[in-house]
Amino acid sequence: MNQLTQSRMPSRQHLPIPRQKMPEQDAAARADNFNEVNLGLTEEAARLEAGRCLQCKKPRCVGGCPVAVNIPKFLGLVAENRLAEAAHVLRCDNALPAVTGRVCPQEKQCEAHCVLGRKGSAVGIGYLERFVADWADQHCPPPAAAISAQGKKVAIVGSGPAGLTAAGELARRGYAVTIYEALHKAGGVLSYGIPEFRLPKKIVAREIERLQAAGVTFRCNVVIGRTYTIQELQAQFDAIFIANGAGLPAFMNIPGESLKGVYAANEYLTRINLMNAHRFPDSRTPVLNGRRVAVIGAGNVAMDAVRSARRLGAAEAMIVYRRSRNEMPARIEEINHAEAEGITLQLLTAPLEIIGDDRRWVTGLKCQRMQMGAPDASGRARPEPVPGSEFILPCDVVVMAIGTRANPLLTATCPELKLNAHGNIIVDENGMTSLAGVFAGGDIVRGAATVILAMGDGKRAAKSIDQHLRAQPPAAN
Amino acid sequence: MNKVVSRQQLSRGITRLEIQAPRIAEIRQPGQFVIVCLAEDSERIPLTIADSDPQRGNITLVIQNVGHSTQELGNLRVGESLFAVTGPLGHPTELPDQGCALCVGGGVGAAVVHPIAQGLHRRGVKVTSIIGARTREQLIFETELRRFGDLIVCTDDGSHGCTGLVTDPLRTQLAAGPWAVVYAVGPAAMMQAVAELTRPAQIRTIVSLNPVMIDGTGMCGGCRVSVGGVTKFACVDGPEFDGHLVDYHDLLDRLTTYHTFEKSGPGGAKDHCKL
Ligand SMILES: Cc1cc2nc3c(=O)[nH]c(=O)nc-3n(C[C@H](O)[C@H](O)[C@H](O)COP(=O)(O)OP(=O)(O)OC[C@H]3O[C@@H](n4cnc5c(N)ncnc54)[C@H](O)[C@@H]3O)c2cc1C
Ligand code: FES
Repeated sequence: MNQLTQSRMPSRQHLPIPRQKMPEQDAAARADNFNEVNLGLTEEAARLEAGRCLQCKKPRCVGGCPVAVNIPKFLGLVAENRLAEAAHVLRCDNALPAVTGRVCPQEKQCEAHCVLGRKGSAVGIGYLERFVADWADQHCPPPAAAISAQGKKVAIVGSGPAGLTAAGELARRGYAVTIYEALHKAGGVLSYGIPEFRLPKKIVAREIERLQAAGVTFRCNVVIGRTYTIQELQAQFDAIFIANGAGLPAFMNIPGESLKGVYAANEYLTRINLMNAHRFPDSRTPVLNGRRVAVIGAGNVAMDAVRSARRLGAAEAMIVYRRSRNEMPARIEEINHAEAEGITLQLLTAPLEIIGDDRRWVTGLKCQRMQMGAPDASGRARPEPVPGSEFILPCDVVVMAIGTRANPLLTATCPELKLNAHGNIIVDENGMTSLAGVFAGGDIVRGAATVILAMGDGKRAAKSIDQHLRAQPPAAN
Repeated sequence: MNKVVSRQQLSRGITRLEIQAPRIAEIRQPGQFVIVCLAEDSERIPLTIADSDPQRGNITLVIQNVGHSTQELGNLRVGESLFAVTGPLGHPTELPDQGCALCVGGGVGAAVVHPIAQGLHRRGVKVTSIIGARTREQLIFETELRRFGDLIVCTDDGSHGCTGLVTDPLRTQLAAGPWAVVYAVGPAAMMQAVAELTRPAQIRTIVSLNPVMIDGTGMCGGCRVSVGGVTKFACVDGPEFDGHLVDYHDLLDRLTTYHTFEKSGPGGAKDHCKL
């Protein structure tokens, strides 16, 4: 059945319409470039896909969305081609839909709860979110600057998704918002971590411009805890939201980690995404582009690193992961895309040591094969070494993508902030820290989590800050 | 944007820039550094704050030309601006409250020990400095350091002061102790040599490390160094460490990572000058 006949079918006859495919750049071609892989649905495909929604009376998808987007409503509007209204509904609950439409693990969230998914395939909610957001960026004017009616000022530390979301919500409520960012470019992980081929930087830039238009001030190159302390911000602002992320890369502490050619994923990706090392020598910061690159880990960060390595020209780019495919934490789409691009998966493989030559350049990764053992107390099967299975995986670059921890730079300079055993900031149900008027959210509270959870925290903090400040006497001017 | 307010060519390949950065000038402490970005697409380069003038809102940076990016920086003219200056970063130098301290600076390291000697002097600690360079022409911060106490100068070729390396007068000075602390900044080999001389008497020795950096906030892990067998991030845990515990071999080796890029790339590459 071709698309034309499909589109002529009565709109509520759901079952025969298959899930629309996301058009993508050809796998062989894209393995050489950093352009976005997914190309976006056409208007026609979007309408068809949105029309698949059953408009359930009790929509379970909404419960699967960490920020509770009114999914059936926006899908219904797309099906009726009322795109500007759809965009409005989407934006009410989700400040960065063009971002989350691209990076959320929909298959574990909204789409996991879609009734259609039980018998066939779930509605492509993520695809449609992206479609509507991109359409609105082309067709709808950005919001005007809100009048700073409150006369009250809020400082935000960090310009990742948590900080950006809180800024938008607070500006809309009439607060004067200043975002402090340590790097020379705003966006947090969206700018320095997630690569262009998955999240084009112009989308992040557009969101930042949108916030600037709404009156938010960005102060880049300011490190809170160094340039200014939290105490100094407290003296200048009525409230503070700390969203400085979980940027402290973990190493495995195996021999060989200081050899030349070993990177933490954060460094590898920052060189490429923030410093444009893939355009060296036109850009100024280089990156070692290995012939054979081994990336340790299997989350989104690992996938981003290994696919970047491939695009930098690696003949072989490999994932090394000690569990099996089922446990890989990355978005399913990233794993599929990676495989189509020729990435190899060394599963049930645990690194033991990084091997180098006499000039201390990486030459290989000594590994051990694993097998999944009996489930432990938590019910999760543990990988166990296969005796005598050691081998050397030849490679010249090793990237560690085994997670990040809370960065202690800021918290160490503000001992009044209560932390948990992992160094994450403790907050109450309103997102407030142990310091009155100081709120926190995103990865610094949760540990490395997701974009949408960070955004949810930003939204909650904005609401709490608003309540907190309304309860206080008005500013004296 | 941070404007260059004065520029001085200290020697061939070494430039001193005074840059507008009021907040940093106001709060910087000895041992701290900034990360500068010449233009939006430039490298992020760590540079020690050699001095500051809080009244005028200026900081002083000393730049040794070791690659394309530092060359571009050194070529900046008065009135031109840097895209970004971030800081002050790193922990301030650990300074004693009394006694005598030795400051040893090799090459551009003299500019890095300058704020340390200044800080010591302000606290009333008696300072003796030793600085060295290959030739008289390359010797920097001689007048400045003399303000804070005794100064011993040496050059490899004997064109100024005593002939030889900084470790020669250091031996004599160590014997004349007691020293509360010795600070050493310069090439890794020099810092290692100083640390070996102070080790037998277990004199506290502090060195400032200059690994390649990107963010300067502990986020990338590129600046990792090995200190006492433990991995440390120089930008947030340092840049100063116990000189007796640093793995200099590892530091030196990692500094060579991008040398081939520096040679091959017409555009520029990571250089390692954090002085
Ligand atoms: C490579 C990579 C890929 C990922 N892929 C996905 C994905 O596909 N889907 C998904 O949902 N999640 C993904 N994640 C996780 C997600 O990006 C994070 O959970 C999210 O960005 C956290 O947001 P945040 O606002 O808390 O912090 P961040 O995005 O980390 O932003 C924090 C910001 O604060 C700044 N900062 C830090 N300290 C200071 C200071 N002292 N002063 C001033 N500024 C400071 C930092 O420079 C940074 O810009 C990925 C993460 C990485 C690293
Ligand atoms: S420079 Fe990135 S962690 Fe130190």
